[in-house]
Amino acid sequence: MIKLIGLVPLFPLIGFLINGFFGKKISKGLSGIIASVSILASFILSVLIFMELNHSENKSHIVNLFSWINSDTLIIPFELLVDPLSSLFLLIITGIGFLIHIYSIGYMSHDEGFARFFTYLNLFVFFMLLLVLGNNYLIMFVGWEGVGLCSYLLIGFWFKNTAYNNAARKAFVMNRIGDLGFLLGIILVFVTFGSISYNEVFAKAGTVPTHVITCIALLLFVGAMGKSAQLPLYTWLPDAMAGPTPVSALIHAATMVTAGIYMIVRSNVFYSISEVASETVAIVGVITALFAATIGLFQNDIKKILAYSTVSQLGLMFLGLGVGAYSSSVFHVTTHAFFKALLFLGAGSVIHAMGGEQDIRKMGGLSSKIKITFITMLIGTIAISGIPPFSGFFSKDEILAHAYEHSPVLWFFGQVASMLTAFYMFRLLFLTFYGKFRGTHDQEHHLHESPPSMTFPLIVLAIFSVLGGLLGLPEFWHMPNWMANNLETVILRKDPSTMPHETEWMLMGIAVLAAIATIYFAYIVYMQKKTLPLKEGDKMPGFQKLVYNKFYVDEFYNAVITKPLDVLSVAFHKFFDIQIIDGIVNGVGSAVKGIGSGIRLLQQGNIGFYVISMVIGIVFIMLLTFLI
Amino acid sequence: MLTALLILFPLLAGLLVFFVKGNAARNLALGFSIIEFGLALVAFCMFKHNPDACMLTFDHAWVKSLGIHFSVGIDGMALLMIMLTTFLVPLIILSSFKNDYNNPNNFYGLILLMQMALVGVFTANDGFLFYVFWELALIPIYFICLLWGGEDRGRITFKFFVYTLFGSLFMLVGLIYLYNHTNVDGLKSWAVQDLYNAGRALTETQQSAVFWMIFIAFAIKMPVFPLHTWQPDTYVTAPTQGTMLLSGIMLKMGTFGVIKWLLPVVPLGLEKWGGTAIALSVVGIVYASIIAISQKDFKRLIAYSSIAHVGLISAGILSANQQGIQGAIMQMLEHGVNVVGLFFIADILFRHTGTREMDKLGGIRGMNGNFAVLFLIILLGSVALPLTNGFVGEFLLINGVYQFSATMAAFAGLTVILGAVYMLRAYQKIMLGDRNDSNVAFGSLAGTDKIVLSIICVVVVAFGVYPKPLNDVAEEAVKMIMLNLK
Repeated sequence: MIKLIGLVPLFPLIGFLINGFFGKKISKGLSGIIASVSILASFILSVLIFMELNHSENKSHIVNLFSWINSDTLIIPFELLVDPLSSLFLLIITGIGFLIHIYSIGYMSHDEGFARFFTYLNLFVFFMLLLVLGNNYLIMFVGWEGVGLCSYLLIGFWFKNTAYNNAARKAFVMNRIGDLGFLLGIILVFVTFGSISYNEVFAKAGTVPTHVITCIALLLFVGAMGKSAQLPLYTWLPDAMAGPTPVSALIHAATMVTAGIYMIVRSNVFYSISEVASETVAIVGVITALFAATIGLFQNDIKKILAYSTVSQLGLMFLGLGVGAYSSSVFHVTTHAFFKALLFLGAGSVIHAMGGEQDIRKMGGLSSKIKITFITMLIGTIAISGIPPFSGFFSKDEILAHAYEHSPVLWFFGQVASMLTAFYMFRLLFLTFYGKFRGTHDQEHHLHESPPSMTFPLIVLAIFSVLGGLLGLPEFWHMPNWMANNLETVILRKDPSTMPHETEWMLMGIAVLAAIATIYFAYIVYMQKKTLPLKEGDKMPGFQKLVYNKFYVDEFYNAVITKPLDVLSVAFHKFFDIQIIDGIVNGVGSAVKGIGSGIRLLQQGNIGFYVISMVIGIVFIMLLTFLI
Repeated sequence: MLTALLILFPLLAGLLVFFVKGNAARNLALGFSIIEFGLALVAFCMFKHNPDACMLTFDHAWVKSLGIHFSVGIDGMALLMIMLTTFLVPLIILSSFKNDYNNPNNFYGLILLMQMALVGVFTANDGFLFYVFWELALIPIYFICLLWGGEDRGRITFKFFVYTLFGSLFMLVGLIYLYNHTNVDGLKSWAVQDLYNAGRALTETQQSAVFWMIFIAFAIKMPVFPLHTWQPDTYVTAPTQGTMLLSGIMLKMGTFGVIKWLLPVVPLGLEKWGGTAIALSVVGIVYASIIAISQKDFKRLIAYSSIAHVGLISAGILSANQQGIQGAIMQMLEHGVNVVGLFFIADILFRHTGTREMDKLGGIRGMNGNFAVLFLIILLGSVALPLTNGFVGEFLLINGVYQFSATMAAFAGLTVILGAVYMLRAYQKIMLGDRNDSNVAFGSLAGTDKIVLSIICVVVVAFGVYPKPLNDVAEEAVKMIMLNLK
């Protein structure tokens, strides 16, 4: 089965080609089915491969497809790698991908770009699979930029809207900033190791000076910051919510944005060697987690709240990576994929019911109208808030426990970010589903539960959001931590925790109590006091205004980078290029012309003058020959 | 023999086309150029079979007293350049089918003559012959731009002509200087290997002088910053097919020239001044990319983007390592195809809407989805997305430059970001959003337009996914070149 790994990305590619070439000619139903079935086929094969790998002695299989780019010592084959890490990601991508394809059949049913949507979605899955399956950094880069392209296409899916187009472009360009770092990192890997294939590189990592490893690790991390929306390259992700909601769920929550995590876990050998790099990862992660969670507090767009939450959760994962808890971060990637996809799809169902409305100030009291959506979203909210025994609790707790071991300061800020998360998530839940309906009459009439194609994925994801924690039960409970054991061959095993069990229990207790207290606080504010967020144009207190406006980061980037670049462009063009450089060229031209007309006057037909000139010339040449 | 035929055939074909009246001229020209491509394919197969096949070389004494030979041959790099030339010329001719040019016989005849000179440049193994072809190539394109160009063509074309001629004269002086230092059993020689030997025997100061004299000619042709100011005006004013010839193929004369007629000749000169030349190239990348951002005319934007791309090629070549030069060769092929595609898109836009001003366009995607997809694919090739042809070259190039200097590579790599900035901005303005008043109806594409764009798109994807057939040739060719550099 493992030999057939090439088929896993091939199925979505075929789906892409069919829908791309014939999408307009076939019916919507057929095009949705083709797209979904192609992912389902990949999923089934992924499951089979996953099981075979589990039973196999050999935990790492390389399948060579063809030779891609060769240049003397630089040899880059198109090779796929099946190991516990990539096979786990295969399941997440194809499993959740399939559910979201099903959901999209319902969600996009009225859209005229239906087939185009599935074309892009299939292409995305293809590139995402390449990203995790590649056996060298360049194949990862292929997938990396490929998913970026699909993200661009899907954010700007409704291409008549200028704001959406801008958001799409911003996402692509910001990702490319990261990609340049990644690309230079890959080149440095090649220059250092003479290869970019994982097994060859990691085997030699110990023989290279640490500062080189640090450079590599930091350059790669720049790529991760772009793709996984970390400070300072995160601002594209909230804007990316312009895309259709299933896209937000699949690309901007469950899969693509976790590519940065995958990359660092894959390269964990480097980060274990370089303390500078791993500290950087941890610090950037925790700052991002806190920063984005703060912004999430005052947002009113249901998708934007979830977007900031994603940025914040990704920050937590990077915190985990930075403190060496690689398998915990992969664990959190997994549970997060369940509950965040669930939350986004739930939000999509809400938006669907509200006839396109995304502002939670205009919702309220939806719990009785759209029951399935409500219950599943409630489960997702509990899971992300870290209440046991829901999945988010276990994965987040693992990361925070490792952070504490590394540095209580990191733990503290991570813990605060988690509390903020619990607060704004329940704020979202209360404002959306409880209280009085605050929308228009038309909207109220229109309210309806979504079709089964949309509720089915919600239910499945809700089940996984509850049970996902079983994948990684705490070791100090003397339970098998399947996640850590499974990834053992890919990740350098950390020394077993030296923390006393009492500390672990204490941390866990604090986390749970803090979450409950925060939720209770949100309950008082939004349920008992029935506080409503301020309307547009209301006066806000200073700090709230600052947060509401997202700390003006976009405005700052605009003023410091975008605008100056435009000015520079015009200045280079109008002044430097046309006036100075071309001015000199034209000046030389005119001068030559002038000299030409001057010299022309010498040719006036005076034979005597010609003879004298000739003699002087000959003498001069003879002198030269003697001298040289 | 085959090599000589590849030069002779377009010459005869071109002369014949001059005497044909009306549209038959263009059909005939298309037919001839396809036959030429067929000949090139034969050469490709022969080369793959046996790189030293005697059919591929041709040597005949021309001016015995001066040691000038009509000596042509095909090595790996020449082969790839010929493939590029003979592949693009039919496409360029086909792309003109919807433009009605006056005196088509002259127009298409000149294109074929141009092709003759280009193949000559790429195959010449004799310094003098190289120079002759080099200058010959200038004449047809001069007339194409002068006679069929746009506004202000007289002044702009004259400047272009004088500027490049000016550079070429430096090269001539450099070549004569080398020739005077050759010594083959007491005789002087123009043979390429003899010129190499002569150059390497020079002192560092002499080599430096020769380096700059020859480099200036090539740098103007490419063009490299700050010798580029003839280029945007010329590209914009020239008729589309002229721009395609200039940017798709003729530009490669410069980059090709550096690899074959400069690097192996003056190793010490390169060592001393290569860094400076790389720095200029890299400055050009960033400079031209930034200028491209604020361009309003799409054709001018492509012109500046071409300066940026060629800057990277130049930097890669001058870093003089396997990856850099191989990347350059690959990028020469890829850039040739992609830039022709982009200029063609500018032409199609102009034909349908009467403008290339991006602010006046918009919403075309909603009116013609197929065109939008084809445009997007070519654009992605141009911004070097992996699995498009542009990526292979760009990755190797940045890699090559990195081995010379990491800082230079980081600056050169800015093209990755800036390319996305100006290209996506252009795409959005032209294609996305709501339709603008000026392009009320953007109908479907003409058949020939579809064919040309589709062929280019297939190449963009096919050689991005599987570059091996070309890349293998390039790899071997560069290995040979590297032997000459050591």
